[in-house]
Amino acid sequence: MSWGARLENANPLIFQRTGERPLTASEEDENVADPIDDREIFDLIRSINDPEHPLSLEELNVVEQVRVKVNDEESTVSVEFTPTIPHCSMATLIGLSIKVKLLRSLPARFKIDVHISPGTHASEDAVNKQLADKERVAAALENSQLLEVVNQCLSTRPA
Amino acid sequence: MAADSTRLVDLVEEFVTGQTDSKATDAANGVNSGQFTILQLVEALGLSLTSSESQTRGRGVQLLSQVLEECYSSLSEKEVEVLVAFYENRLKDHYAITPHVLRGLKALAKCTMLPKGSAVSILKSLFQDVQVQSLMLAERSCVYNILISLMESREEELKGLGPDFVFGFVQAVDGERDPRNLLLAFQIAGNIIHRGYSLSQFTEELFEVTSCYFPIDFTPPPNDPHGITQEELILALRAVLTGTPRFAEFLLPLIIEKLDSDMQNAKVDSLQTLAACAPVYGHKELSEFLPSLWSSIRREVFQTASERVELAALAALSALTSCLSRAVLDSNSQDALQGFLDLVLKDCQHHLCEPDLKLVWPSAKLLQAAAGASYRSSLIVSAAVLPNLLEQYNSRTQCAQRRTLLEVVQGFIQPTARSWPVEGVESVLLPFRKSLCSVLFSALAESNAGLQITATKVLTALGQQPGVLTEPDVETAVDHLTRLVLEEDDAQVSLAVAECAGALSRLHPPPFASRLVPKLKDKIFSEPTVRGNDGAALLPGLGKSACKQRCMKALASVSARPSLAQESAPVLLQVLTSAHKGSPVFSAEEVICACSSLQTMAAQAGDDEEIGHFFHDVIIPRLLSLALQAALQGEVSGDRSPLTEQTVLSALVPVISTACAALQTELATQMAANAVRLFLDGDASFLQENDYRSQIQLLKSQSESWTQSQLVCLLMACVCSLPHSVDVPEIDRLLGQLEELSCTSTHPFSYTSAAKCFAGLINKRAPGQNLDGVLEKTLRRIQGTLDDQSSAQRVQAFTLLGWMAKALLLRYHPLSTVLTDKLFSLLSDRRLASQAADTFLLLMSDSPDVLNRSCHADVRIMYRQRFFAENSSKLVQGFNAAEPENKSVYLKALSHIVNNLPRQVQLAELPSLLPLLLEALSCADQAVQLSTLCCLQPVLLDPPPALSAQLEALFSRLLALTASPSMEVRIATLRCVHALSRLPEHTVLPFRARVLRVLALPLDDRKRLVRKEAVAARGEWFLIGSPGGR
Repeated sequence: MSWGARLENANPLIFQRTGERPLTASEEDENVADPIDDREIFDLIRSINDPEHPLSLEELNVVEQVRVKVNDEESTVSVEFTPTIPHCSMATLIGLSIKVKLLRSLPARFKIDVHISPGTHASEDAVNKQLADKERVAAALENSQLLEVVNQCLSTRPA
Repeated sequence: MAADSTRLVDLVEEFVTGQTDSKATDAANGVNSGQFTILQLVEALGLSLTSSESQTRGRGVQLLSQVLEECYSSLSEKEVEVLVAFYENRLKDHYAITPHVLRGLKALAKCTMLPKGSAVSILKSLFQDVQVQSLMLAERSCVYNILISLMESREEELKGLGPDFVFGFVQAVDGERDPRNLLLAFQIAGNIIHRGYSLSQFTEELFEVTSCYFPIDFTPPPNDPHGITQEELILALRAVLTGTPRFAEFLLPLIIEKLDSDMQNAKVDSLQTLAACAPVYGHKELSEFLPSLWSSIRREVFQTASERVELAALAALSALTSCLSRAVLDSNSQDALQGFLDLVLKDCQHHLCEPDLKLVWPSAKLLQAAAGASYRSSLIVSAAVLPNLLEQYNSRTQCAQRRTLLEVVQGFIQPTARSWPVEGVESVLLPFRKSLCSVLFSALAESNAGLQITATKVLTALGQQPGVLTEPDVETAVDHLTRLVLEEDDAQVSLAVAECAGALSRLHPPPFASRLVPKLKDKIFSEPTVRGNDGAALLPGLGKSACKQRCMKALASVSARPSLAQESAPVLLQVLTSAHKGSPVFSAEEVICACSSLQTMAAQAGDDEEIGHFFHDVIIPRLLSLALQAALQGEVSGDRSPLTEQTVLSALVPVISTACAALQTELATQMAANAVRLFLDGDASFLQENDYRSQIQLLKSQSESWTQSQLVCLLMACVCSLPHSVDVPEIDRLLGQLEELSCTSTHPFSYTSAAKCFAGLINKRAPGQNLDGVLEKTLRRIQGTLDDQSSAQRVQAFTLLGWMAKALLLRYHPLSTVLTDKLFSLLSDRRLASQAADTFLLLMSDSPDVLNRSCHADVRIMYRQRFFAENSSKLVQGFNAAEPENKSVYLKALSHIVNNLPRQVQLAELPSLLPLLLEALSCADQAVQLSTLCCLQPVLLDPPPALSAQLEALFSRLLALTASPSMEVRIATLRCVHALSRLPEHTVLPFRARVLRVLALPLDDRKRLVRKEAVAARGEWFLIGSPGGR
């Protein structure tokens, strides 16, 4: 990997992955509308790859379902994520990956808010501010190196 | 003679001054046919060879060399000696002549008559007078080929040269860049090493001159005519580098250095080269480098981002360990293996105590790789790791942690091919048997599904190793398994338990017979499944039914041994008997489950003769007599036994046919005779309880009662799956009655089964007049009925037609085209069109109960391709000619056919089919759309080049379908769009913006399943043409 040969956190805690969402009869029923719910949003972001480890954000407990809130009628989504260590230099990158994933996967009507779980990172405010700033997010994605890393985080791992 | 010599002079003249290249062939023919000798040719060349013009000399040598290439095998020793001396001398000549000289020497080196000493002198002059790397590609290749030829034929002489030979080679090859020549050079270097040439002081030089290519990074140019791959070069070089332990001191530091590289391929190549060294090296070569090698390997596994690197690292570790295991222990030095494994254990073992953290898995994999390398290493590693792991297990309380620990243990349980104890040596697990078993049994008693599943897997692995589990252990294990079958309703656990029980019961049948079977039997016959009047009572009833079904499946899975089959099959038969008698009551589902369990049993038995006998003597007659009793009783009294139900009979069919297919010829013949007597003549004497009234007329269609006629499906099961060697008696009468029944019965199950039985019999019947007579008679009848639009029996005739067509198509019978053409013509029939389209599905797919390979049917290979090749044009014509409202039927038939073709054929045919498939996508019929999409999707995963011309049409149709009212169509469409993202980037990039725009809409679809596909597809499309994407 291009940045730093040494990992900041070489032996992180691993959490279990949740299984696939069980299929319900109503989901297969043509006539029932399924609202977008927390689990669906969580399913979108849980398989994002960590920039450092060959592990998903869910396995590192960076994202959890309880920290995902969605309101389908008001078209708002709020995701809190927790860096594995308080000085994690990847926090912005992880936040950006989550944001981009949601931008690509949700209907345009949604307002997307991604921020760090309160009190879990040293420079929480700065990172939150960056992630909330539309201009800066757009500018970051113009940077091809940054976009490359984000795309790698979002690409599905070859099975 | 004189004429010959003037002709020769003319030839030479024309070649040298006239520049006519073809004359070389004439000269060669002359020498080969004995018109003149090679020395005469030299004489005739005299002037040109001594000319002061280097160009003329060059032409002269060129002619001689070309002739030599044609006729080197017929030269005498004397001639060769003269020529060699001449050529050696010419090497000193002008550089423009050298290429021709080398070609001549190459030919001479291949001579069997090469005089003693010539090989050495050729080499000496070569090494002395030629700067190999200043030559052109082809000449360098000449030099290498000379070396290779001489090494083949004059090995002894070359070895006499001593290290000079190696030195000469090193100088010659130093700086070679062309992959074709490198392959030759690696071959020579390999020969030097493997055939024992003396390297002495030039070992390092030889290593340097080859290792400078390591690791090889070579991408062949597009359309490379030479077809050299990176893989070839890597393997050739690896054979050189790992060929001798004398390279060890140079190679191992190089490997360690290259492992630090950022290139994944370099890492993998280094690790694989290391693994290839291990069989050649000993402890002496490795010892100095072991700590650095280990730390590199550990780093690769601990921090890897790629599975390839990880696998290669583990294989290298395993190879190193097995190399050290071979080291002979001497009394005063330390055990090399122990020392190395201490290193590994020190770095890895403590991670096993942290089952929550990431490094537990890499550590476990490293230790398992080391343990799997040899018996001795598995002994050392198990002794250090297992007690620790088992203790950890007992001290942890969280299920997730325990599960991880148990999964780690599982990796240590299964010995590999290399660590399997030799005969007479006990398993390494023996000292831990007690603690292992107690951990396993406690895990089986937990309520966590994951833990239970892992425990059953460990138990299976443990049970496979002879002498590990004691009899009481197996008994306890069986009790646990029994309890899990009875109590655990998780589907995955049930599956794991069944697998474990199946594996253990093959090795330890008695405890299963004495403990598991009786308990399951008690459960099955406990209280009947009561159907409650209110919902509350119904639920536990359902749970109980599920449990009974689990018990039956478990009985089937433990019955691979005859002794167990004889215990468990009667239980299942008793279920059927009770169901028939009505006490205790069994639901239809339970009865079907009993049947499918019996079938599992028959399938597991395979060719086991004892079980085959058992099925023939006991089970099949019992099943037939039960079905018969039920049928007769149903006719008389109003209440019907479950055994008259179509679903139950359909479940009985596979039991009988699987068992009959496995019968030996003698038993099979008897079976056929019995079945035919029963169905034709009503002779039930071979059934145990044969007190039936006389009017058994199973093959007569009775207008109001079908309980007897539907039993024809059992006849099909008995006679259609027998081996080819068995002749069915009275086959003409039988076929006649089957035809009658299938054409006249009004009960769909009866007439379809009769048609299937008819088809199964004619598929196997020997070709000839008898067969053709029957076929023609039946065909006339079918034709007649179908032509009569008002006939009430058109559907019956049509069904028989479909099955007959299938039977004949499978065996390539000439009549099959008549039948399939009839089916094609029915596509425009007013009432039967849609059914006719579905018949093509029947023709192309495997039917589960008859006319398949497991029934020994006559199925020619590639019949589908053949059918498709012969008939696709008819479909296309029919489609073009059809009325607009009728077109969808043709598309339906087409998609049935194409869907069942093997993928290679689909790909090959796609160019011609694509227009029609695109047409089908815009057809309004949703079923056609769906089936076409399902057919397209796998093809798109590996798209053929023909597709790129049609992309625009394909995209516009697919993108339109994303708004289809049917959710299934939307899902299938999105999958196709997803698959299209894998096409070469330059072909799909123009569509990216459009696809992303259109796919934004299904992101807000009302159905979650559609949104899921849209998200997946859109995510991939975003990555196209974007940095870090594909």
